[in-house]
Amino acid sequence: MSVKRKRNLSATIALLPTWFAAVVVFIGTMAWSIRLSFTNSTLFPSSTYVGFAQYAKLFASAKWLASLQNVLIFGVLYVAGCLVLGFLLAAALDRKIRFESAFRAIFLYPYAMSFVVTGLIWQWMLNPTLGIQASVRSLGWESFVLDWVVNRDMAIYALVLAGVWQGAGLVMVIALAGIRGIEAEQWKAARIDGIPVWRIYVSIILPQLGPALAAAGMLLAMGVIKTYDIVVAMTNGGPGNATEVPAKFIMDNLFGRQNLGLATAGATVLVLGVVIAVAPFRYAMHMRNQAKGGA
Amino acid sequence: MKTMMKLFLAGVAFAGFFAAAHAEDKPTIEIMSSWTSGGEAAALNVIRSEFEKRGGVWKDSSIAGFGAADAAFQNRIVAGDAPGAKQGVIGLAAADFVSQGLFNPIDDVAAAGKWTDALPKSIHDLISYDGKVYLAPTGAHGESWVFYSKEAFSKAGISQEPKSWDEFFADLDKLKAAGIIPVAWGGQPWQQTKVFNMILLSQVGTDGFLKIYADKDKGEASVEGVKKTLEILGRLRGYVDAGAAGRNWNDATAMLITDKAGVQFMGDWAKGEFTVAGQEPGKDYGCMIAPESKGMVYIADALWFPKTGNAQTDKAQKLLAEVVMDPTVQVEFALKKGSVPMRSDVDKSKLDACAQKGLELMSAGAIVPDQAIVLTPQQVGALDDFVDEYWSGGSNDAGTAAENFFAIFE
Repeated sequence: MSVKRKRNLSATIALLPTWFAAVVVFIGTMAWSIRLSFTNSTLFPSSTYVGFAQYAKLFASAKWLASLQNVLIFGVLYVAGCLVLGFLLAAALDRKIRFESAFRAIFLYPYAMSFVVTGLIWQWMLNPTLGIQASVRSLGWESFVLDWVVNRDMAIYALVLAGVWQGAGLVMVIALAGIRGIEAEQWKAARIDGIPVWRIYVSIILPQLGPALAAAGMLLAMGVIKTYDIVVAMTNGGPGNATEVPAKFIMDNLFGRQNLGLATAGATVLVLGVVIAVAPFRYAMHMRNQAKGGA
Repeated sequence: MKTMMKLFLAGVAFAGFFAAAHAEDKPTIEIMSSWTSGGEAAALNVIRSEFEKRGGVWKDSSIAGFGAADAAFQNRIVAGDAPGAKQGVIGLAAADFVSQGLFNPIDDVAAAGKWTDALPKSIHDLISYDGKVYLAPTGAHGESWVFYSKEAFSKAGISQEPKSWDEFFADLDKLKAAGIIPVAWGGQPWQQTKVFNMILLSQVGTDGFLKIYADKDKGEASVEGVKKTLEILGRLRGYVDAGAAGRNWNDATAMLITDKAGVQFMGDWAKGEFTVAGQEPGKDYGCMIAPESKGMVYIADALWFPKTGNAQTDKAQKLLAEVVMDPTVQVEFALKKGSVPMRSDVDKSKLDACAQKGLELMSAGAIVPDQAIVLTPQQVGALDDFVDEYWSGGSNDAGTAAENFFAIFE
């Protein structure tokens, strides 16, 4: 009994720094930010409380509303695009092709690049006077148009394109590892039954990849909330509000516009959004674990 | 114990050695600026070489992009690791820092250099807070300029500078017909706002301009002026190339230098780019005040001096303030940067034709302040949003947009 308590004590001591970090660094700064969002802080924190005024201002701002809409469009298409393309690449690599490791390196390589680099490359390629449009036109096809970056209606999809190009490699690697973990017996059995290859992937392999793809999807989704650098590098939120995202809105107000109150209100809304999205999921997991424990 | 003692003594001797070396240290300063284009860097170098000549040590932390430099600066301030000097505009942006007691006053330098006599009163008022001088002005910029490529103009058969907006648009049509991009458009919100302002000034005059920005007047004349401004701005959309969105101002200037484009709306810092490219005003390129404009929008740069708690840096700050306001440095700097010296008692004969024109307007008092001088950073941001939304939205409903304009003051 006493030995057990002793061990717990040392474990507790060992965990103290972690507790400190969790309480002070994470929860503390979060509480601080939320507090600031109820003040009229501009460049420096102030302690004059103004209630929900900053939130009212936030949701009256067309820029903020546009940023929420944009991050939703970008997020759904980016995560879905990465998952689909990543799985297709993994399935293709799984077909025992030659130079598999070379392909793997090539497809994963974009993920090693910073979003700023990705953004700049795609900005150049999609810029109508420098990139693909200009080169195709110089070949003689004068009416060719590819102006996504500068087109209000298409700019957000240009971001998705660049994002998927970068993120698909990660999904590919995770999915490939998952596929390799599936027993070869299943393949043999399916072959004997004469099931076409695509059907094996869709009905047998894909369901078993669930956890792997869910992990990959989670990683990508977390990136979506933070989306900032790729936007700055590619479009800087423009044209107009067409590619404005919440993280950029917050950064702009924190620094360029010296508007701490509004920026922290935006950040709080963002955190709240994540909590609302994740909470039901966590609750379901918790319930499932309890059900398992009870059985 | 003995060895401990020895070690201790050795340590003391060592520390003493370093302390002595430190005392001999030259005044060192770290300068944070966003002056990274060719002309800007050359201008900053004028200050640098004079500062070093007078025994200072210069550490450059240049960051491309005004906003990026500001963000980095604020981070450093909050982290308690302020740089010795920061380049920034004269205006409301510095006010918060000063009122929080984060900047060092440079009163004694100003008194010794008789800045009250050397500077125009309006500028002296802007660099002082509660009767103390805090900022060292580097130069003033005119922002109502239209630069044009002489070669492009002659190719299009334009023989003289257009006097009205109608003539101006007729000339743009000629440029277009000659296969030249009529307007080298800088596609960042702040640049678009500057174009908006120079058109606004041409429509409402200096009094009307001040009424709008300084008094926040929503009267009929103001609304009508904004409406006419937006109409002209909207017409410009048809003369811009497809790659304009997000373009840097110096990339736009390069389009004029290579005669690919006809005109550029920009502040006179664009002259610095022409100079670096070896072009001369009046010969290779021309400069004119925006059509129908009887005055000029101006903005002024200065160095800010944050408190660092380091006596050496304080000394270096004073030396730097002295250098910046040196009459020869002011002229040399202006020549490289394309600006107009802040001191009114300098040798103006060296300035180029464009700067002379600007100086004329300035001494005649036909100038109005840039929005950064009279508006808070939040309002400046809202103005950028407003102009960018109108420009990129392609809406030609100038009337409704003009009504919305005044929301930026809320």
